[in-house]
Amino acid sequence: MKQFKGRVIVPGTCRAEALVSRGGFNTLASFQMALMFGDKQVKCGDQNNPDIYKKPMLGKALCLPMTIGSTTGGMVLYTACAIGKQPACMLFSKPIDSLAASGAILGDVWTDASMPVVDSLGDEFLDYVQTGMTVTIGEDGTVTVE
Amino acid sequence: MKLTPEQQAMLDGAQGETMAKVVKTLVMYGDAFGAERMVPITSKCGHTVISFGLKAIQPVYDLYDQLIAAGLTSGQKFTADPRPIDPAVPSSLLEDIVFKKIMYTHQEKYEQQLKKLGITKDEDYTCTCYLDQVGNKPEKGDVLSWAESSAVVYANSVLGARCNRNSGIIELMGSVAGFVPEFGLLTDEGRKATWVIEVKCKEKPEAQLLGSAIGMKVMEEVPYVKGLDQWLGTELNEEACSYLKDFGAATASNGAVGLYHIEGLTPEAKEQGEALIKEGAQVYVIDDKELERVKASYPIVWKNPDAAPALCFVGCPHLSLTQMEDWCGKITEKLKERGLQRITVPTVFTASPAVIREAEQGTIAARLRSLGVIISYICPLMYMNNPLCKKKPVITCSNKLRTYTSARFYTESEILDIITGKEATT
Repeated sequence: MKQFKGRVIVPGTCRAEALVSRGGFNTLASFQMALMFGDKQVKCGDQNNPDIYKKPMLGKALCLPMTIGSTTGGMVLYTACAIGKQPACMLFSKPIDSLAASGAILGDVWTDASMPVVDSLGDEFLDYVQTGMTVTIGEDGTVTVE
Repeated sequence: MKLTPEQQAMLDGAQGETMAKVVKTLVMYGDAFGAERMVPITSKCGHTVISFGLKAIQPVYDLYDQLIAAGLTSGQKFTADPRPIDPAVPSSLLEDIVFKKIMYTHQEKYEQQLKKLGITKDEDYTCTCYLDQVGNKPEKGDVLSWAESSAVVYANSVLGARCNRNSGIIELMGSVAGFVPEFGLLTDEGRKATWVIEVKCKEKPEAQLLGSAIGMKVMEEVPYVKGLDQWLGTELNEEACSYLKDFGAATASNGAVGLYHIEGLTPEAKEQGEALIKEGAQVYVIDDKELERVKASYPIVWKNPDAAPALCFVGCPHLSLTQMEDWCGKITEKLKERGLQRITVPTVFTASPAVIREAEQGTIAARLRSLGVIISYICPLMYMNNPLCKKKPVITCSNKLRTYTSARFYTESEILDIITGKEATT
């Protein structure tokens, strides 16, 4: 078990199974097919991301360095929140990027969804956490990985 | 963040609950990046990345209905990304059903929303809004509230405007409020380069391949690129701008680049030179071997990797008129060499309606059509965003299209060979 301290972008607590993307998470490429065709598990559709391609994202603690790709990214994340298809939380090793921040904030302000977001957890966090581990987020941005 | 009394009043609800939520969204957005203030948008027009009436994103249209119902339209007119459907592009009966009855069922309704919110003109649907024919071309130093990764990186890098990599919806909220939080690429410090790219290729590297390599390496950081002047020169002429358009789109989609500097060419690099490079910047050397490595790393996701190409897309981002002319000449020459009259793979060239209109007024559109090329204003990415296309062997020289879809990437010279009768290499 190990604890990491990050910065709270969207407050909240949760406990979920980790899904880890070691490289940049392309929000549009990851969500587009699942949202468009109603995939209940919201499987990742990004063929360039071997870590999580075809793995279900719904309800997972999505651990990532940052998001990349199209500027529809925030809109896509907002839509996922609005229809209840969002990850349980998003945990960034780096400072959050503008697209992910947009999506997370739009989801927080304009929907009832709960998707806590913590950033700046550090490279060590992403080195340590593995897909399938259990992640718990505290209100102060403390992330426990076990 | 320190708000002006007027901004604070908006946040407190002086202009209604919906405007308060818009400002709250922008304040939280700025707070996430340590913005200390809001700055007014100074560009004439905005640009939105959301151009499609896609059933799956109903919550977006519901949100826009809230804005419209509250009387909150964009304070500035704006252009939008390309439309997702064009009857000129070949599609099967099944694809037509999927496009019209399942996917883009909200297109008409959404375009009505955009009219209410403030789109410039009915034809202004393109990702290349900054081209002269379209006319949404910001001035150097203008503060923008745009979204569309390829347009943002072009506006920042080639035009010297200032815009963060905003997301769809957020960009409209900035235009509605009239201000955006000041952080990142809006600041002098945020525009400094943290990577130096040394291009040491023997020949002019393909824009979309070079951009891909850089995007994948630097991700969201700002690269300062050396060594391109020998091919691009030191003036932002049509050819250089077209190259940088495609280069930037690849950096932004294969990574998350929002600004690049090209030594001796782009406005800030010309003015400030190496003073733009931050101390401790990392170095990435790109030679022909590195580009080959990057290209070989692209996954091929066709069901049958040996399939013959069924469709080819050229123009993501949309082509400039110069590029259409250039392609027309090259195809003509290649077909002549091979003793052919028309291309052998169905090929769609995409460009903005305004560029197509100019191509129609001259001879380019007619000449391209006579060679068998289909000309369209469609967004190829939107066309390909469906499971049916996964089964279709589509080829492209766009690294953006490759990234988001099952389209297979070939360089422009390979595409030229393939569409003029040469068998594709697997």
